Amino acid sequence: MTRIEEILKGIRPEFDFANSQDFLADGMLDSFDMVTLVSELDQHFCISIAGIDIVPENFRSIPSIQNLLGKYGVQ
Amino acid sequence: MNFLFSHRRVRGLLAIVPAHERSFVDEMANFNFPRARSLKLKEVMGYGRHRLVDGDVCVSDLACFGLEKLFENGLLKREGLDALVVVTQSPDYFMPPTSSVIHGRMGLEKDMLCLDINQGCAGFVMGLMQSFLLLDQPSIGSVALINADVLSRKVSSKDRNSYPLIGDAASIAIIERSEDPAPIHANLMTDGARREALMIPAGGFRLPASAETAVLHDDGENNLRALDHLCMDGAAVFNFVQVEVPPMIEALLEFAGTTSADIDYFLFHQPNRFMLHKLAERMKVPYEKMPANVVEHYGNSSGVTIPVAITHNLGKRMVSKEVRACLAGFGTGLTWASMLLKLGPLDFCELVEFS
Repeated sequence: MTRIEEILKGIRPEFDFANSQDFLADGMLDSFDMVTLVSELDQHFCISIAGIDIVPENFRSIPSIQNLLGKYGVQ
Repeated sequence: MNFLFSHRRVRGLLAIVPAHERSFVDEMANFNFPRARSLKLKEVMGYGRHRLVDGDVCVSDLACFGLEKLFENGLLKREGLDALVVVTQSPDYFMPPTSSVIHGRMGLEKDMLCLDINQGCAGFVMGLMQSFLLLDQPSIGSVALINADVLSRKVSSKDRNSYPLIGDAASIAIIERSEDPAPIHANLMTDGARREALMIPAGGFRLPASAETAVLHDDGENNLRALDHLCMDGAAVFNFVQVEVPPMIEALLEFAGTTSADIDYFLFHQPNRFMLHKLAERMKVPYEKMPANVVEHYGNSSGVTIPVAITHNLGKRMVSKEVRACLAGFGTGLTWASMLLKLGPLDFCELVEFS
């Protein structure tokens, strides 16, 4: 399990995030979970995700989150 | 749109909050969410305690309580007021205006202008603009700007998106002319195309309140609310604030020919801690200069959070000190407005409890 998956599981333990292509459409994350997720990603990777990047498109799937983190230098 | 004023000042500021304090932890059982998930959100958003009115307490009750206190303590003369501007989204009635209700209850003079403004989170800044404009008239020398809301009465207690952060409060700012020619810069923007991001769908003339509009429904995120309740598209509002507010402040500073380093405090509307910290980071403003603690102590009372932030965080210091402040409000409309001005020394700057 990747670190991103672990963080997602910490927020919504009941879901299998690896098998979803759209967490929002599948009802696995809501807008307030997204805020919690950003806070945990900020803390864990020592980054500060800009407010303008906190949009649903960046949190739909593990690849989209990886892509966002890449923008902040997280490999 | 830019605005420029001079020879205007805030003479004093009083904030009024209900004495009854509720705690998010105590209320968590109302929400259809696992406890752990709610606790995580509490940490991120800064949910803690909030102040809500009991029963049928209205805006005019909070406002009259505050005015009476100012009269009793000799901080305001009943006969010296020329205008009463009331900014609220939760009026006592559709008609008459809440300013008339307050005027009548306080026994104020007839030779006076009373005006209601229906505005929310940008309401305090807009109220200041309107009060400054009224002072262009020679017959108006003193304006009582009352910003007040009791919106908790329109929020579902089973709506975890809105209920934990809502707060009720009122403020009274006394606005007068000043000898000081220092410019006061302000700007304001409106986007009515996004008006549905923050609204109470039913209860007006478009969709009158009925048995149907009172029925609770699930919003798809386990929040239960009715059409009679306040409804906030959290993601849309968050994005609106992050996209629109920093350029607005940048434009204001440019208009004023100054930089953020010259500002002592960024006294912004208080939606929640997370949103304010993200704004501060984007604007490269230290957290200490942008208080973000109103929601955790009192809740979000729309535009009134600015006077609550001032009285809670700066309080008595404002009676002896002058600060260069940048105010900003953003919310329903959608409307966003900001103002750069010198605040203080004030004749009074206090937060009191309504009981």
